[in-house]
Amino acid sequence: MSTIPENLKYTPTHEWIRLEDGIATVGITDHAQAELTDIVYVELPEIGRALAAGDSCAVVESVKTASDLYSPLAGSVVEINTELEGAPELVNDSPYEDGWIFKIRTDSEPDWSGKLDASGYASEIGES
Amino acid sequence: MGEPRRTILYDTHVNLGARLIDFGGWKMPVQYEGIVAEHNAVRSSCGLFDISHMGELMVGGAHAADFLDHALTNQASRLLVGEAQYTLMCNDQGGVIDDLYLYRIAREVFLLIVNAGRVQEDFAELQRLVVEFGEGRTVNVVDESNNLSAIALQGPSSRSIVQNLFNMEGAIRISQPAELEKNQIDAFIFNGEIVYTACSGYTGEDGFEFIAPNSVTEALWQRIMQIGQQYELRPIGLGARDTLRLEMGYPLYGHELSTEISPLEAGLGYFVQLDQPFRGRAELAFQKKEGIPRRNAAFVMNEKCPPPRSGHEVYQGDDLIGNVTSGTQSPSLNTGIGMALIDRSQAQVGTTVEIDIRGRRFPATISKKPLYQKS
Repeated sequence: MSTIPENLKYTPTHEWIRLEDGIATVGITDHAQAELTDIVYVELPEIGRALAAGDSCAVVESVKTASDLYSPLAGSVVEINTELEGAPELVNDSPYEDGWIFKIRTDSEPDWSGKLDASGYASEIGES
Repeated sequence: MGEPRRTILYDTHVNLGARLIDFGGWKMPVQYEGIVAEHNAVRSSCGLFDISHMGELMVGGAHAADFLDHALTNQASRLLVGEAQYTLMCNDQGGVIDDLYLYRIAREVFLLIVNAGRVQEDFAELQRLVVEFGEGRTVNVVDESNNLSAIALQGPSSRSIVQNLFNMEGAIRISQPAELEKNQIDAFIFNGEIVYTACSGYTGEDGFEFIAPNSVTEALWQRIMQIGQQYELRPIGLGARDTLRLEMGYPLYGHELSTEISPLEAGLGYFVQLDQPFRGRAELAFQKKEGIPRRNAAFVMNEKCPPPRSGHEVYQGDDLIGNVTSGTQSPSLNTGIGMALIDRSQAQVGTTVEIDIRGRRFPATISKKPLYQKS
């Protein structure tokens, strides 16, 4: 069973979102990192880039495959986790904390349609 | 292709928590605990692989050695009983039907370990060649793939593990498997059955491959795992098998080799004896004389970048010079590595090329194989 913190929101494409003061921090779930296995490279978005919800904006690469990351909300990129450039394995080791990937300032009121809470995501991945 | 087949060790893999994938028509473990951990275990100590998906053909008869000189690019007749060699089977155009390991297990009997997805093509081709080879000469080709399984034990601790694996001495010349040298094979009795044990592998490490009847394979796997406990022996999936072979620059059929790629283009000229009468010889002799326009070369990425992957384009300035045939992030070197089929003029060691990874170009240096060497 993977870890699915109660206080986060989730997407069916395995991103998690932590919204604080209009800034959404985004990463990939524990389930996603376990599926991808050894992450060896994270391609980060450019700071300032405007994203629509669902835009492909980062790539997480494991030894075997490359996997796209989609922006869960509309907004612009305000910060990226540059630690991952030297230590991409942080996504494996700490997917919800040190392994966060980017932060966006959300446009007006975030649109939560299609997002899941912890129990919704658990059933999405068959762990409920 | 239908449902993927299961090896005799399928339940063992499931019980070990393996993640299974379809490969070459088989359901195979791609990893157990993780590719990088498994890779590092083989480099530092040891690992055990189920390679039962691979095919086992046997060629026997009074003229078997002569026949194989006509069928395969390397010189089969040069092998003594108990010796092995890497070799290839080509079509008339010099393209590769398969690459394989050839073991001489008796004066008139050879064992061929072939790629999982190529067994039928290889068997059909060998049967065709037997007919061509001529009447009055005795050669039999048998596909034993359904009766035999195979296990590979690889890594620096392998030799200690095989030391006491069998109770009786080998049938050919060796008293116990730890005496086997590179490319030697012997036959040992295990639970009443013959287990061919060879010093060979696909990782660049010291190691052994066991070819056993299906009936004793599970017991053999468990016995090796039990002896290996003190060396932290662990099961290894196809994921690490791929990163290990790529660090050595070993070819994988379907990537570096195909019916459209010749052994010379693949950089395997060492295993082609042009003075032998094998099929495709004329074309390969022509290629050697005229020079080939493209050649497979190993490369190492110069800087931190996404891992190169099969299919990525390779550039020299504005010129597209070829494609990556295999690529990965090397766990041992902690950098992107790969092999690419490119213009021969750009394939010299030391040449800088660029790999196009999702629209961005990253510099790479053509490098000597193996890309990884033991320190």
